[in-house]
Parts: sequence; structure tokens; C-alpha cells
Amino acid sequence: MSRLLELRGVTMEFGGLRAVSGLDLVVGPEEMVGLIGPNGAGKTTVFNLITGLYHPTEGAIAFNGRTMTRLAPHRITASGIARTFQNIRLFGSLTVYDNVRTAMNLNLRHGFGHALTRGRGFRAEEARIREEVMSLLEIFGLAGESERIATGLSYGDQRRLEIVRALATKPQLLLLDEPAAGMNPTEKSALIDLIHFVQDKFRIAVLLVEHDMKVVMGVCRRIVVLDYGSKIAEGEPAQIRKNPAVIEAYLGREAHHA
Amino acid sequence: MKNHIPHLALFAALAGAAVLQMFSPQLDDYAASILVLIGINIVLAVSLNLVNGHTGQFSLGHAGFMAAGAYASAMVTLSFAPVVAPAGPWAEGALFAGSLLLGGAVAALCGLLVGLPSLRLRGDYLAIVTLGFGEIIRVVIQNTESLGGARGLEGIRPYTNLFGTFAVAALTIYVVACLVNSTYGRGFIAVRDDEIAAEAMGIHTVKYKVVAFVVGAFFAGLAGGLYAHFITFIAPEGFNFLKSVDVVVMVILGGMGSTPGVVAAAILLTLLNEGLRDFEQYRMIVFALLLIVIMIVRPQGLLGNFRGWPKGKAGA
Repeated sequence: MSRLLELRGVTMEFGGLRAVSGLDLVVGPEEMVGLIGPNGAGKTTVFNLITGLYHPTEGAIAFNGRTMTRLAPHRITASGIARTFQNIRLFGSLTVYDNVRTAMNLNLRHGFGHALTRGRGFRAEEARIREEVMSLLEIFGLAGESERIATGLSYGDQRRLEIVRALATKPQLLLLDEPAAGMNPTEKSALIDLIHFVQDKFRIAVLLVEHDMKVVMGVCRRIVVLDYGSKIAEGEPAQIRKNPAVIEAYLGREAHHA
Repeated sequence: MKNHIPHLALFAALAGAAVLQMFSPQLDDYAASILVLIGINIVLAVSLNLVNGHTGQFSLGHAGFMAAGAYASAMVTLSFAPVVAPAGPWAEGALFAGSLLLGGAVAALCGLLVGLPSLRLRGDYLAIVTLGFGEIIRVVIQNTESLGGARGLEGIRPYTNLFGTFAVAALTIYVVACLVNSTYGRGFIAVRDDEIAAEAMGIHTVKYKVVAFVVGAFFAGLAGGLYAHFITFIAPEGFNFLKSVDVVVMVILGGMGSTPGVVAAAILLTLLNEGLRDFEQYRMIVFALLLIVIMIVRPQGLLGNFRGWPKGKAGA
């Protein structure tokens, strides 16, 4: 299998606490992988390691064959990994349009000086950005809200906007951190469709952290299960559902004769 | 069409400043001097607003950058004015403009020096470091004999006029407004709203903060140069912590991140300052009360939620 993202023996310690230990994880191009586990299993820590918010205590992370263990978060985004956050992190004072527009800074050719002189190249680029952002918003049905302040959107729309904003960085890998949190069943089904749609349309890999089994099973071809920072199982959804170690991690151990 | 609006506005403002200068002989000295002070305070407040308001980095060191600019430009004109003066008013004007630019550059360099190490700090910590830095500049000047020490510099030529002041004010507003209203400039606001999300969108947050600091310091330096050649006598005491607080009050009162609000607050507070001249010792009490009232009644500042008129200049 070809490797887009590869974690080798990644360990993360906070003081005496081992949040992730010796994790191996591979995501292939255009693959949909789920990362599940009980509360505190280290799922979000794994995301923060991949996106450079934390640097691993041990082990290495490679993307497209390039080691990116020590890169700053914005460099990692530039190399093609985008993410959303468990607790939505939109830019609260910016409009829907501007939230997506910030992502366009990545490939911006007309920066500081051009913003002051406002020459032809600058105006052409701003117009192109406007077109690009609006067409993205159009695809996700948010074009009508483009001039609204982002935090004024409904909860589901805010989640959607966060995904649009992440896609605007033109990633090869999209990390979704509990996108279904706080959603009702209808919104969850819509989310499953949305993730499939994103994957089809943009041809990218998705790594999904999620508690909701319906969403995970509905989206992912392969699932990795974490417990206490270690990988305890990996496989197709049907296998994972039957795996005794997984059942134990979620539901607890059967009473053995002590 | 619409894309030329910023340029047109800048030229209109420069023309306005020139017209103001033409009519200045008819103004009495007191009115003219208040107008100059208003202009200088607009430069200070709008530039600090880029740092504190748009980028969300709470700086308390603006007076320090102002001092750097004031002393640098004053040293230039004090040294070279006697040489240049015989060549006529245009030569003196050029000398003054050059000294202002040099003052701005020196201040910008100070902004870079304080910005690089301290911008990894957040919130209160950054405020304390910038406060300390502003004081360091002042104390260094106070103890440098060649800069006049505690006695200050006197005999600075009164080069600052209404045109120069409002031209710089217009330029400051133009630069800050153009920066913020661009895809590049949206990065400043992204940094303020959520640093982690900004990084995740590929925005180099440290670079943005340093740019905000350097640009803010540059214009504070220009304001310092204007001030020095207006008041003709500068001493380190004039650039103490309270001066920084004055500017911060303008930014908070006007509304963090709102250029029109901050301009309005700069005008208002300059006038208030003059009105309270006879009650000098109570000035800070009035400022404090004003801030408290604003925080209760309108925490976002005078024009904090002003996003341009409903249709028109907002948007791209």
C-alpha cells in the first residue's frame, strides 16, 4: 500500500503521563480511516501531533515521504494536511467569506507591499480569490451566508464552514476531529453524506476521529482503535465490531474469577 | 473603479491637508496647535490599533517607540539644520522629511528588537514585556548625555506644520486600512481571533505579529518626530508609561480594530485633554472614569462593531 501519512513508533509524554505510546499509523492516498477509542485514549493528541501543535517525544511522522516531525503547524498545513477542531475554532469576528479567505494566504503571491500599492496583479489575485472562495461556498451551500459573521451560523453550518475552510488550503489529507459532536441524528446522516461528497469531489484522504459509531462505520473503510495511547486493534469496520479487545476497551472486562 | 478608492481617498486627504495648511495663517495659534496634536494622536492611535486592535497583541510600549523616533529625528535636524537652512525652505523641508523617515526606521528597528523575542508571549506577559521595553528606551535616553540626558533636547526647529501632520495621519490610515482590507491582512485578524486555528490555516502567526509590531512602531516613530518638531523641546519624561496609556485608552475607547472609531477617539481625547488642562492632576481620574463607563455601557468601544456602511466598501 502506498503511504500518504505515516507515523512510526510515535510516543508523546506530558510530564509523567504517556498520552500516546509507540503508535504506528498509515493513511494511504484517498483513503478514509477512522481513529476511535474511549475518552482520553489519545485521539486528539494524535491529531495535534500530526498537525505540529505538539512535537512527539519519540518516533517520526512522515507525509508524502517527507519527515515533518519538527515542522511548525503552518508549514505542515502548507505541505497538504488540513484539519478541523473538536470545539469549533472559526474566526469569530470575520464573515463566512473572510474565514475561508484566510486560508488563501497559503498560496498568496501578492502580500504586504502589494496590499499597499494595490496594483493590477494584486487586484487580479484578489478577484481570483473571491471567485475561488465563492465557488467553494457555493458547493457547500453557504454562498448565501457569505457576508454573515461566522459565529452567527447554526451549529451544523459552523461545522460545515470549518470543513470548507480546511479544504480551501487544498489539502491531500483532511483531519476531522469529532465532526459529529453535538449533532442530532438527521445532522449526522447529512454529515456522513458530506464526508463522502468531500472525498469524492476533492479526491483526498480523510482521517476521522469520532465517538459516534454510526458515523465511523458509515464513512471509514479502515478503523484504528486506541486505548490508553496504544493501538489495540486495526481493521475493517466489521472486524472491529467483533474484536474482543475493542469491546473490552469500550464496555469493560468481563468479571474473571479473581 | 472601486479598486481605486483607496488611492483617491489618500490623495483627497493629502489635498485636504494642503488646503488646511493654506488657511493656517487665519487660525489662531492655539487652534492650530490643537489640530497638530489631534493629527499626531491619530497617527499614534491608528498605528497602535494595528497591534492591539487588529492583531490582538496587547502592547503597552508605544511611547517608547515614539521616543525612539522623536530623538532620532531631532538629532538629525539639530545636527544638519544649520548646514541646510541657508539653502532655503525646500531643503529644510526635505531634511525634515528625511529625519522623520529615519526616526520611523529607528523606531521600527526597536519594534523588531522587542517583537522577535517577546511575541512568543501572550496576553498579560506580552503587555508587561512591552511596558518594560518602553521604559528601557526612556531610561537609556535619560542616562545618555549625548541625547541631553534628563534635561532633554532643546532648540529643535519648529518644522511640524498642519500639512506634514495630516499628511502623515492620512498615510497611517491608508496603510493600516489597505493592509487590513486584503487577503494578506485578514491574517492579522485571524491571529487575533484564534491563533491555533490561524496556524492550522497555514498562517505564520509569529511573522504576522512581528510585521504588526514593526509597522506600528514605524508610525509611532513618525509621530514622535512630528511631536519633537512641534513642541521643540523633548525630555524623556514626556514619553513615560502614562503616554502609552493615553494611546491605549484611545484604542479601547474607539473600539479595538475599528479605524474610524480610533480616529474619533483620538480627536475626542485630545480635546478632552485640552479642556482639562486647568485640572491637570485630575486628568487621569477622568480618563479612568471614562474607561469604566465605556466598559460598562459599550464594551466594544465607540465604533467597535462598525463594519462599513451596509452596502459598499465592506467586502473585497
